[in-house]
Amino acid sequence: MTLRDAIRDNMWPRLLPVLALLAILPVWELVCRLFGIPDYVLPAPTSIFNAFLNVDMQRWMGHLWATLRVALMGFALAIIISLPLAILMVRSVFLTRTLFPFLVVIQSTPIVAVAPLIIVILGAGDAPRTVIACLISFFPIVVATTTGMLATPREMLELSRSLKASASREIWQIRLPYAVPHIFSGLKVAITLAIIGAVIAEFVAAEKGLGYFVQFSTSYFRIPQAFAALFFLSAVSLVLFKAVQVVQKTFFGWSLPAEDER
Amino acid sequence: MNPDVEFIGVGHSYRSKNKPPVQALQDINLHLAHNEFVAVVGPSGCGKSTLLRLLSGLVSPTEGEVRMFGQPVTAPGGEVGIVFQKPTLLPWLSVFDNVLFPLRHQGRVIGRQDRDRARALLETVGLAEFINSQPDELSGGMQQRVGIARALLLDPDILIMDEPFSALDALSREQMGFELLRIWSERPKTVLFITHSISEAVLLADRVLVMSPRPAQIIDTIDIDLPRPRTPTTIDLPEFNTCTQRIRQHIFGPLQQASGLTAVPSHRTPVCQAS
Repeated sequence: MTLRDAIRDNMWPRLLPVLALLAILPVWELVCRLFGIPDYVLPAPTSIFNAFLNVDMQRWMGHLWATLRVALMGFALAIIISLPLAILMVRSVFLTRTLFPFLVVIQSTPIVAVAPLIIVILGAGDAPRTVIACLISFFPIVVATTTGMLATPREMLELSRSLKASASREIWQIRLPYAVPHIFSGLKVAITLAIIGAVIAEFVAAEKGLGYFVQFSTSYFRIPQAFAALFFLSAVSLVLFKAVQVVQKTFFGWSLPAEDER
Repeated sequence: MNPDVEFIGVGHSYRSKNKPPVQALQDINLHLAHNEFVAVVGPSGCGKSTLLRLLSGLVSPTEGEVRMFGQPVTAPGGEVGIVFQKPTLLPWLSVFDNVLFPLRHQGRVIGRQDRDRARALLETVGLAEFINSQPDELSGGMQQRVGIARALLLDPDILIMDEPFSALDALSREQMGFELLRIWSERPKTVLFITHSISEAVLLADRVLVMSPRPAQIIDTIDIDLPRPRTPTTIDLPEFNTCTQRIRQHIFGPLQQASGLTAVPSHRTPVCQAS
């Protein structure tokens, strides 16, 4: 493969979304200027960019770290809870019947409505925010893991049984690895939800974080600054999503379909 | 000498909720002698695979008894090697680790001896150079060979094969058949080979059991006295035709012969005899 081919095959698809954004920005700018749209309705890209630069980098990093910390802790907690829960549910129909309705109830209760209560119960600090981020992101992991483990082909399970293997080896060496592609689909959904959970928590009670900063900027009518924080937030989500993909590709490369790395 | 495997009046019916039980097998009597290669043919869905599950202890008979080395089989004993219809390799393990999987799955420590054995088995099935490949890098036939190597790892006395080549194209299928015979002659085993291909059964086996549609019964047992080693020219022997013809009649009825599709030379003494 020549360098040119490499650029064409590898760079081109990655550059596409960036190019799309670059194409939209001038149009956006032009529309704002031509029609004299005020900043509080729709700020032009340049004024968003200026607002971004006007805030100290250290301050941005402080907000970023506050949100990232909560989202990642919530995500980690969700994984720690979900995987054992999924394993238990696969091993016992009784548990599935008992627990699953509760999980659905937790999932379908709007987290925005529950968040203030959690903050009242757990007080200020990272703990309630982590719980909120966890609550919103654990469900897809449980469902994906359970589905994957239950989809294990009958012949693989018969192989296990014919070898007189214990139930725990069947889980660890057959069902759980088989579920890996499913688990990663769940993780990809969950990581973006964890960010949303962190932002919701900041909306309710916080003095730091990108979500808090969006709200703070809006209440002071600094709309371009709110937009800048919003874009920053999207970028963080995108990077985290990509990070999950990289982990999958690096450690579980076999679980990706060959040739097609989406 | 006592047979390795005996089915004594075995019947099996599947029970499912809200449905009457389905009788899959009825009054099966069979025996496999030591290192004998026995093929089972029958129409699809006739319960051939149930035979495999009974022998490996994955399911228990609802009537009669399955015995292995004189002992009744009630649960998987770990002494049979199974080759499944699909290769059933684990995609997260390399070819080498797939072959070693039975040991690891039984929680045994894998020593140098075991690795050497796995390597030798991969050599036997002609995949020495693919030892570090991932299963999805191999063709269907190669994957099934890995499956055979894996089934042989624990050196089982009995090898059960459930239509192992049915997913392969006709060419690789024939090649794999001869490959299997070569491996079998290198490492003799008692083989129960389930297939729906009549010619495959005749080409490979010492004895062919013909099964009826559900509930499946053994309607004929045919000794195949074709000379070994069997080669691609075995198919050209008139005796080969006589045997396949006889099985075909059981499955499709005598219609085909009447239409003269395959003429059986009458001046030859048939080599396949009822036992």
